[in-house]
Amino acid sequence: MANEVAQKPGLWGWINRRLPVETFMSSQLLEYYAQKNFNFWYFFGSLALLVLVIQLLSGIFLAMFYKVGAASSFDSVEFIMREVNYGWLLRYLHSTGASAFFLVIYLHMYRGLMYGSYKAPRELLWLFGMMIYLSLMAEAFMGYVLPWGNMSFWAATVIINLFGAVPVVGPTLVEWIRGDYGVADATLNRFFSLHVAALPMVLLVLVGLHVVALHETGSNNPDGIESKQKKSAQGLPLDGIPFHPYYTVKDIFGAGVFLTLFAAVVFFVPTFADLFLEKANFEPADPLSTPDPISPSWYFTPYYAILRSVPNKGLGAVIVLVAVLAFFFLPWLDRSPVRSIRYRGWIFRTFFALFTLSFLGLMYLGLQPAEGIYVTLSRVGCVLYFAFFILMPFYSRIDPVKPVPDRVTFHA
Amino acid sequence: MAADSTTGQAAAAPHGRVDWESWHAHNSLKDLASLQRGARNFMNYCNGCHALKYERYQRMANDLHIPAAALEKDLVPPGSHPLDYITTAMPAADAFNWFGKVPPDLSLITRSKGSDYVYRFLKAFYVEPSTVTGSNNLAYPSTAMPAVLSELGGVNEAVFRQVKDAKEFDHFVNLVRGSMTDAQFDDFVRDTVNFLDYVGEPAQLERQTMGIWVVLFLVLLTWLAWLLKKEYWKDVH
Repeated sequence: MANEVAQKPGLWGWINRRLPVETFMSSQLLEYYAQKNFNFWYFFGSLALLVLVIQLLSGIFLAMFYKVGAASSFDSVEFIMREVNYGWLLRYLHSTGASAFFLVIYLHMYRGLMYGSYKAPRELLWLFGMMIYLSLMAEAFMGYVLPWGNMSFWAATVIINLFGAVPVVGPTLVEWIRGDYGVADATLNRFFSLHVAALPMVLLVLVGLHVVALHETGSNNPDGIESKQKKSAQGLPLDGIPFHPYYTVKDIFGAGVFLTLFAAVVFFVPTFADLFLEKANFEPADPLSTPDPISPSWYFTPYYAILRSVPNKGLGAVIVLVAVLAFFFLPWLDRSPVRSIRYRGWIFRTFFALFTLSFLGLMYLGLQPAEGIYVTLSRVGCVLYFAFFILMPFYSRIDPVKPVPDRVTFHA
Repeated sequence: MAADSTTGQAAAAPHGRVDWESWHAHNSLKDLASLQRGARNFMNYCNGCHALKYERYQRMANDLHIPAAALEKDLVPPGSHPLDYITTAMPAADAFNWFGKVPPDLSLITRSKGSDYVYRFLKAFYVEPSTVTGSNNLAYPSTAMPAVLSELGGVNEAVFRQVKDAKEFDHFVNLVRGSMTDAQFDDFVRDTVNFLDYVGEPAQLERQTMGIWVVLFLVLLTWLAWLLKKEYWKDVH
């Protein structure tokens, strides 16, 4: 292959004799096989990449007009909304993109849970994905602070104070992060730096590693079986198809559906009933006036509900950390011989259903006031959430699994 | 909307309690005449104390189709340029001395509080002689703002009833009639809120129109992508 290309005349041959462009693209697209049975849940990987590009591009243009500083940030965002040509579009693309990113990533992770994509040999693939999720949380949180609205200010105050739970050095650590005795200009300035430079670079490196790891092991699939290597008598793969053109055209269609819905939100309901852009954030940051109630963005509310369900603040912070990090250990917690939910038994399915309910329930509860029945329900949700992880080594072992097929389930 | 006419005499009738929290502005940004009246209302009744520091006179005129002559003659104050931002003539220091608080800029009031809130606030003033301003407000208790619209909407007294340990608002009793009927005053407030809704996000006027074309284009593109996908996947069995 490489040789053929190198023989080509003209500029393309000249380039390829010096840089293996065509060889690389062929090996990663034309000769990269995936199983043919990918369903709805397999759109979200490529969509996550699409949202990343939307965020990078809209972010680059926003940063051309945004003026970081406690005295200028809020005004400059309004300047973008009113006086920059299509500035409102840039901002809504970016704010809607943040929520879309989490929606897509959550569905992508859920797919991994359903079909056991984290299991061997894809442990590193999963770990890189989880690191992307963690970096994305930091990226979204710092981006949320930049408009310097009142919710920006108080969200930053609450979240940074969580680091005060660290024994001994807690208070010093909080001051070090803020760069001041309270959330202030210095905090805003460093968050801007991290949001537009450091974290995007981390994200890009991690996404690169995630894709390289993916192309090494190949994708999992809804049946959770490895049948890509099975070939017919003629030597053609039975279950595998080249990623390009089959999955590229399929993903283009998926991107079309996604972009249609995305544009509908951007143009018609950019605040999304206070979930994507909150009312309180249209008031400038005010250290003397606390918004009531303080609530984080919807994508953090499951963890916020967990935090509030623990009576002790320090312990709450630790439990939230464990709740997020629990995903990292899934490849080793899961002892089941099968990957896909399709061939798991009723025990796993029950725990999985309860986990799904608890996550969605906590997401809802995190948006409610921390009082009465909401706190009680949060505690129940918290227990179910952790039961899924902590008990997994036991129930996944005794789960009555079904026999897995030789070939993938596919209906043309 | 008839239920909204509770400001003046209608409320004085001894019917059931008035649920002011369910009042809605029901304003429409498509109603250009309403937006223009709202701009006039704002300049005449609000701008003495409140600024719109993110909105330029010229932008307002362009968006609301206000002729240049009318803009310069009636709306831009002497000494200001149409490209200036809409500021207030009242010095902040004086305002602070007079009201104990600088009247807030209203550029984003409908975004931070909502249009319905502003509508309720403007209609929910009542007499309370013990306060500095002589009035109070249901939507924003102890507000520093005086009831500046009472010459239009009238002066109301609030009747409260005792519910357990707390006072709960029951209805208004009209003491002095304003120069407007209840319906006229509702419209006056609605137009003003409509204008502030526009100022909160001027892009609203073009955003939705543009959105229709963008979504239609994407639907077409997605349909073509679907046909392409189907064509390629014919080979996959």
